[in-house]
Amino acid sequence: MKKTDRLIFIALICFIAIFPWVVQNISAISHYVELMVFAGIFGLVCLGLSLLMGYAGQISLAQAAFFGIGAYSSGILTAHFGWNPWLAMPVGALLAAAVAWMVGIPALRLKGHYLAMATLGFGVIVHIVFNEEVDWTGGPSGMVDIPGLSIAGWKISSELQWYYLVWGAVLLVLLFSFHILHSRVGRALRAIHEEEVAAEAMGVPTSRYKVQIFIFGAVTAAVAGSFYTHYVTFLSPSSFNLMWSIRFVLMVMVGGMQSLWGALLGAVLLTFVGNEWLQVFADFEVVVYGGILLIVALFLPQGLISLFRREPAAPPNPISHASDEG
Amino acid sequence: MDGTWLGTDLLQYTASGLTVGAIYALVAIGYNIIYNVTEIINFAQGEFVMLGGLFAVFFLETLRFPILAAFFAAIISVGAVGFAMERFVIQRARNASVLSLIIITIAVSILLKGSAMLGWGKDPYSLPAFTSGSPILVGGAAIQLQALWVLAVGAVVVISLSFFFHRSLYGKAMLACADNPSAARMVGIRVRQMVLLSFILSAAIGAAAGVAITPISLMEYDRGALLGLKGFGAAVLGGLGNFYGALAAGLLLGLAESFCAGYLSSGYKDAVALILLLLVLFFKPEGLFGSAEAAKLKRF
Repeated sequence: MKKTDRLIFIALICFIAIFPWVVQNISAISHYVELMVFAGIFGLVCLGLSLLMGYAGQISLAQAAFFGIGAYSSGILTAHFGWNPWLAMPVGALLAAAVAWMVGIPALRLKGHYLAMATLGFGVIVHIVFNEEVDWTGGPSGMVDIPGLSIAGWKISSELQWYYLVWGAVLLVLLFSFHILHSRVGRALRAIHEEEVAAEAMGVPTSRYKVQIFIFGAVTAAVAGSFYTHYVTFLSPSSFNLMWSIRFVLMVMVGGMQSLWGALLGAVLLTFVGNEWLQVFADFEVVVYGGILLIVALFLPQGLISLFRREPAAPPNPISHASDEG
Repeated sequence: MDGTWLGTDLLQYTASGLTVGAIYALVAIGYNIIYNVTEIINFAQGEFVMLGGLFAVFFLETLRFPILAAFFAAIISVGAVGFAMERFVIQRARNASVLSLIIITIAVSILLKGSAMLGWGKDPYSLPAFTSGSPILVGGAAIQLQALWVLAVGAVVVISLSFFFHRSLYGKAMLACADNPSAARMVGIRVRQMVLLSFILSAAIGAAAGVAITPISLMEYDRGALLGLKGFGAAVLGGLGNFYGALAAGLLLGLAESFCAGYLSSGYKDAVALILLLLVLFFKPEGLFGSAEAAKLKRF
């Protein structure tokens, strides 16, 4: 970790610790703790996606599918088979990793538009499976009777306990992600983003690293899905559809693709925007989402975090340009 | 007796497969037109189809246009949407990275879908068939007249496009842009105008497909994404940029889907086209009718 990152990390820990005590004393925003639980869950999904998009330069529109694989694995194993949730969680993560491995190897050979379409298609297929396997998932009408979480016989019941559990997980994944970035893999990823052919020529096994990051993103999304399952204790396929994959991409984009902090910022910001501040728009929500996405992609491709950065953003990769003759 | 019964089923599934396949082919052709000129995959392509159907409903039921006039009015309206998309969004993003371009066309698709939801609500809409009349019975299978109209629209689009691209100056200019934009500009072709034209044309073709299919399968605001994805499957299966490939692949996808719905599981019929799409992308990304050497030269 660089010095600034370490400072932000400590500041984040302090913020997470203090936040509930502040908002819980102001009745108008005391439910912000609950929103922050969701923000943390989505933040977990976004951290892996940020590594993939911002650092390896690959897009995935299947993040909601892995989120759903984790969620439904936990839901099915605990509700149908009575497993302990803490045992179901790693099984869901393993399943997501296996699926990501099988899909990732052929998919990540593709680039740009083809990769986007392949992950999109995969995500829609998974969503169809959630809808159709009624015996297991309850189909479109959803799945109930999912138990909550407990640690050593002590049930996690209050919003506050959930808040600390989820954000503790976020901090752990964040630390691990920084570790990846400053390792050999992280340097290789940046080389892939800059110029894949050159990286390959220098002996970087580009496809292996891309698949590894894809799997890492799938595992964090699946773990987030497990938390989501036991927190909400109700599952419906509509929480894992294409729109959610797009939302995750949007969170990463809005915050700032080439920064893990940006991914977290985007996750928190859009959770609040979507669940709290945009409620006045009701049906307009989708249009507003599309509008934000368009404006960010057109005018602020490096995300909000770039506004705080002193060093200039990296110049766009000339090879990956679409035809600029148009 | 059992034999004829099986044959009737087969005929029925073939008819409905070809009908829906013609729609996928038209969507695929829409992708190809834009891709050929700009190397952009337009993720909003499916929304053009949805808008076509809903605009036709608006012209027919609210403005009381006759069906033929509503058909053309819908095509012109969606063509205008394509125009606006290129002018106000794509042109501004000329220097964007591929990743940004993907996000941008996805954003446009969300905007179109959201606007359609606000304009038309969440209910599915129907249109009357272009001509009224009872279904034609062929070997025990009932073929709706509208299915013939869908095939006719598909055929007219394909034939007029091949005239356009091989006979008219504009069409040849567009092909030249597809071949080599820099060289095209060198010989005096206004590439930017061709990009605009490609978006209008592609939107209009999508709309024609949307109007034609609405009497058979209804239309609602959130149908665009799946139609677009399947159409893209057809485009890739036929070899991206290849018009006749798209036509064949679209019909093939439609048949595969229809047979799956008939003989295997109707719930998974939507997955068939997507699984085929993944298989093609993974194992033969140049498509069934494209050449691997040419595919290597393409930029995505």
